Amino acid sequence: MDERWRSLFHDYSNSSFIEVLRRESPHLIPGHEAPRLANVVEPIHGTTVLSVRYRDGVIMAGDRQATAGYQVASRHMEKIFKSDELSGVGIAGAAGPAMEMAKLFQTELEHYEKVEGENLSLEGKANRLSQMIRMNLPAAMQGLVVVPIFAGFDEKAGVGRLFKYDITGGRYEETNFDAQGSGSKDARDSLKKLWKRDMSRDEALRASMEALIDAADEDVGTGGPDLVRGIYPSVKTITRSGFGDVPEDEVKRLCEAILGERSRSGNGA
Amino acid sequence: MPLPYYVSPEQMMKDKAEYARKGISRGRSLVTLEYGDGILLVAENPSTLLHKISEIYDRIAFAGVGKYNEFENLRIAGIRHADVKGYSYSRGDVTAKALANAYSQALGNIFTQDIKPFEVEVLVAEVGDANGARNEIYHILYDGTIEDERNYAAMGGQSDEIRRFLKDHHKEGMPLNEALQLGVRALTVTQNKTLNERDLEVAVLDRTKARRKFRRIPLEALGQLLGTAS
Repeated sequence: MDERWRSLFHDYSNSSFIEVLRRESPHLIPGHEAPRLANVVEPIHGTTVLSVRYRDGVIMAGDRQATAGYQVASRHMEKIFKSDELSGVGIAGAAGPAMEMAKLFQTELEHYEKVEGENLSLEGKANRLSQMIRMNLPAAMQGLVVVPIFAGFDEKAGVGRLFKYDITGGRYEETNFDAQGSGSKDARDSLKKLWKRDMSRDEALRASMEALIDAADEDVGTGGPDLVRGIYPSVKTITRSGFGDVPEDEVKRLCEAILGERSRSGNGA
Repeated sequence: MPLPYYVSPEQMMKDKAEYARKGISRGRSLVTLEYGDGILLVAENPSTLLHKISEIYDRIAFAGVGKYNEFENLRIAGIRHADVKGYSYSRGDVTAKALANAYSQALGNIFTQDIKPFEVEVLVAEVGDANGARNEIYHILYDGTIEDERNYAAMGGQSDEIRRFLKDHHKEGMPLNEALQLGVRALTVTQNKTLNERDLEVAVLDRTKARRKFRRIPLEALGQLLGTAS
């Protein structure tokens, strides 16, 4: 058989950006050479990102603080990234590789969409991210762990869906909510009490903020709403009509309301 | 062993050019117009699935006429070029000029080295941003010849007549519906038929959009813009 045309059929990865990079510029692939970390290097860790399913889709929210050891590395880091019109990733773990992965994932989805002329299914996107996390395993073994959370709107099913991952790329679908990062346990505990079936956008937003504030309360690696500097968690909604920001004003008002109630009732003490 | 007989290089190039031109002129035409908010691309294309116009990158679109499999190859190569470049530098560093040059090199090499030249013409358009950077339209021919066009461009079958028509009728800063109607009239200037929205493939690079400026105009909206909606 003629090699030239056979490869067209067997090379099913024609629409994959990662495969293009692997062939043409392998040095650009993250984790291509797993770094040997000396113990003195302190990778940036500490985060809470979460995702909550509600009536129209999913909410993704994350705190804004990046930590390096006992130091604050950044106060206004963005941890929720739009991966395409109908999905987003929240990153947790080592900041550098995690942001690189979010960027690569976003390019991968866009590349597929442009070449094929249509979007990957949500299932396909979730699997692709899982393979990318597995690619990072050598680096993860050196301490540069990346464990994102992925959420999106499934057009076929007409519902929001969310997925969590482990460092080997294992993919687990969660039905209602999930959180990731150093403060994730506290956020999950709080969501467990607040989550209800068929929540409205406002209810889901409220539950997400309560959970993030709880996480910031208990976990030193998670930043709470910073009223002095005016830095608030970043919150996104993903619904049938696309990926959208929740305006900062609205987040600000909500945070202030929650904190006000807590200080009045003595709950925040 | 039979001796290969001599053909002068001049004759060979002439034959190849004629072959390519014939192939291209059989196909339907495509026009591009600058309008108030960006760049409009209009192709006569009854298929809704096999596209002649497509998105390459944030501000860049691609259009091809001639043999589908050949310009489809070029289209995918262009998307790869742009995505790799944007990933390794930044999104703003991906330019139509670099891409048009790559197409020109590729088509030029194929034309001189392969037995059969590509029977295609391609167009790379980049919309300028709101703070005054101007639009760029590059037109690349089957032999790698590259031209930069202003205000309008035409490719395919009767492109000379269409270009002449557009030269007389194009105005700067037209609204979208006016530009679209002009584009459609231009496509029919050499033939005695009318085109309705089902025969057309239309897309714009709209500078008022957020990051990705490329947008296909769906059938219903097309009818409204053409003023034929019932």
